[in-house]
Amino acid sequence: MKKYIIHRVLQLIPVLIGITFLSFAMMRLAGSDAITELYGDKGAVAQEIIDAKRAELGLDKPFFTQYLAWVGGLLRGDMGVSYVSGKDVFGTFISKLPATLLLTALSIGMTVVISIPLGILAAVRQDKFTDYFLRFFSFLGNSLPNFFVALLFMQIFSIELKIFPVISHGLSIKSAVLPTLTLALAMSAKYMRQVRATVLEELSKDYVTGAKARGVRSFLVLWKSVLKSAMLTIITLLALSIGNLLGGTAIIESIFMWDGVGKLAVDSITMRDYPMIQAYVVWMAVIYVLVNLMTDLLYHTLDPRIRLGVVQDG
Amino acid sequence: MGEITIRRQKIKKDRVKIRLILFGTLAVLLILFSFFSEHLTPYDPYLQDLNLAKQPPSWEHPLGTDRYGRDMLSRVIVGSRTSIFSTLLLVGIITAVGTAVGVVCGWRGKGLDTVLMRISDMFLAFPGLVFALAVSGALGGGLQNAILALAAISWPKYARLARSQTLAQKETTWMKAAKLSGSSDWKIVCRHLLPNIMGPILVTAVLDIGTMMMELAALSFLGLGAKPPIAEWGSMMSDTRSLMTTSPWITFSPGIAIFLSVMIFNLLGDTIRDYADPRRR
Repeated sequence: MKKYIIHRVLQLIPVLIGITFLSFAMMRLAGSDAITELYGDKGAVAQEIIDAKRAELGLDKPFFTQYLAWVGGLLRGDMGVSYVSGKDVFGTFISKLPATLLLTALSIGMTVVISIPLGILAAVRQDKFTDYFLRFFSFLGNSLPNFFVALLFMQIFSIELKIFPVISHGLSIKSAVLPTLTLALAMSAKYMRQVRATVLEELSKDYVTGAKARGVRSFLVLWKSVLKSAMLTIITLLALSIGNLLGGTAIIESIFMWDGVGKLAVDSITMRDYPMIQAYVVWMAVIYVLVNLMTDLLYHTLDPRIRLGVVQDG
Repeated sequence: MGEITIRRQKIKKDRVKIRLILFGTLAVLLILFSFFSEHLTPYDPYLQDLNLAKQPPSWEHPLGTDRYGRDMLSRVIVGSRTSIFSTLLLVGIITAVGTAVGVVCGWRGKGLDTVLMRISDMFLAFPGLVFALAVSGALGGGLQNAILALAAISWPKYARLARSQTLAQKETTWMKAAKLSGSSDWKIVCRHLLPNIMGPILVTAVLDIGTMMMELAALSFLGLGAKPPIAEWGSMMSDTRSLMTTSPWITFSPGIAIFLSVMIFNLLGDTIRDYADPRRR
C-alpha cells in the first residue's frame, strides 16, 4: 500500500507539469500579454516605453524562462495582478473558492440523497413499473441542459412563486437552494443509472442466489451484503463525477449570481482578464487531480481484495 | 427453461430492433429538417419589425416574437441548423482525430505511443468544461473556437478507446496472418483493423452527440459560442434572458428545442448501445 501511494504521488508530477504547461501555453495562444492589455487601447505609445515595461515584467525572455518564472510564482501563491481590477489574482481566487466548494459539497450531498435510494429502488424493482418510471425521469434529466433547468427553476420558484431570491444575497441557505437543486438534478439523473447498474450487477452474483436459497431474507441480503460491496463502486463513481461538477458550476454560478470561482471565471473570460482565467484553470485542474488521487487511494484502502493483495494493482 | 430464455432474448432483441429503426428514423428526420430548415420557416428569421416586438404566442406566431419582432418559431427552426450541424461536426472531428491517434499509438507502440498517451493524459487531467471554457475564452469566442475548445478536451477519450481496441485486435491470429501474408501496414489498418474497431467507437460517438450538443449550447449561452444575430439555441436563450420575467416563451422555446434534439440523439445512442451489446441492459 505504501509503495502504491508513493507510486501514485510520483505519477502526479508529470501530470501537474502538463497542467501548468498547458494553462500557460493556452494564454500565450490568446496572443495577448500584459503589455497589449496595458497599452493596447491607448493609441501610440513610444516603443521604448513598451520595451522597458516588457523587460520589467520579464516578457522579453524566452518562452521557457517565462514559464518557469510563472510556475515559480504559482508555487509562491503569486499569480500576478488582474488586468481589470488590478487586484492580486491568487488572493481573489482564494477568496471566492469557499463559495464554490460549498456549492459543490451541497450538490454532491443532495445527489447522494436523491440518487442512491432511487437507484437501489430501481434495481430491486427491475423491469417493473417503478423501474421504468425512475429510468424515464433519469433519462429526461440527462437530456436537459443545466442552464435550461436553472432558468426554469428561476422562472417557477423565484419569479412566479417568489419563494427564492432571483439573485443570491451572499452565502445564505435560501440562495443556495436553487443552484444546488439544478446541479444535483443533472448529476442525480446520470448517477441513478450507475447506482442501478452497480446494484444489479451485484444482485446477479452467485452468493446472492446462494443466500436466498439458504432462506436469508432478501432484505437482509440487500442490506448486509449487496449494498456493502456495491457502495465501493458507487463512492468511486461519485468522486470521479466531481470533475464534471467543477466545470458545471461555472454556468450555474453565473446564472444565479453565486459569488464563486465559476462566476469569477466567466466574468474574467468576458473581460479578457487572462491571469484570472489562468488561475481558474490551473487550480481547478489541481483540485480535480487531487480529488481523483484521493478517490483512488480510498478505493485501495476500502477494497479488501486490493488491500490484501489478492488482486494486483491495476 | 433454456428455450424460454432464448425466446425471451429474441423478443428483447426484436424490441431493440424496432426501437433502433424508430429512433434512427427520428434522428435522420431531425438532421434532414435542420439541413433544409432555411426553406421551412414561415417568416424570415432575421427580419426585424419593432411593431411586432415581444408578442405572446398566437396563431400567426406560434412561439411569439422576440424583442426585435422576429418570429421565434422561424428562429428556432433555423437555429436547428447551427446547433445540430456544429454538434455533428464536433463529434466527427473528435472521433476522427481520436481514432487516428489511438490507432497510431496502438499500432506503432514504443516512443510515439508513450508521448501521445502522455499528451492525452495531460488533457484528461482537466475537468471537462473548465478547460473548454478557458480555451474558448483564450481564443475569443465564436462558434468555430467553441468547437475547437470542446474538441481539444474530448479527443483523448476516443484515442484511449481506439488504442485499446487496436492492441486487442493486434493479438488476434487473423491479424498476424494478414501481416505474415505480406500486406502493407497501411492496407492492414484500413482493410482489416479499422472495420473491426469502429463498432465500439461509433457507439461512443453517437452516445456523445447529446452531451456535446448541450456543452456547445452551454458555451454559446455564456457568449463563447455562436454570436447574435446568428440563430443558435444556446445564444438565443442568453440573448433573451432579460425578457424571461415578462415573456418566458422567448427564452424557453429554444431550450425546449435543445431538450428534444438531445433526447432524440440520446435515445438513439442508448438503443445502438443495447443493440451492439445485449448484455448491457
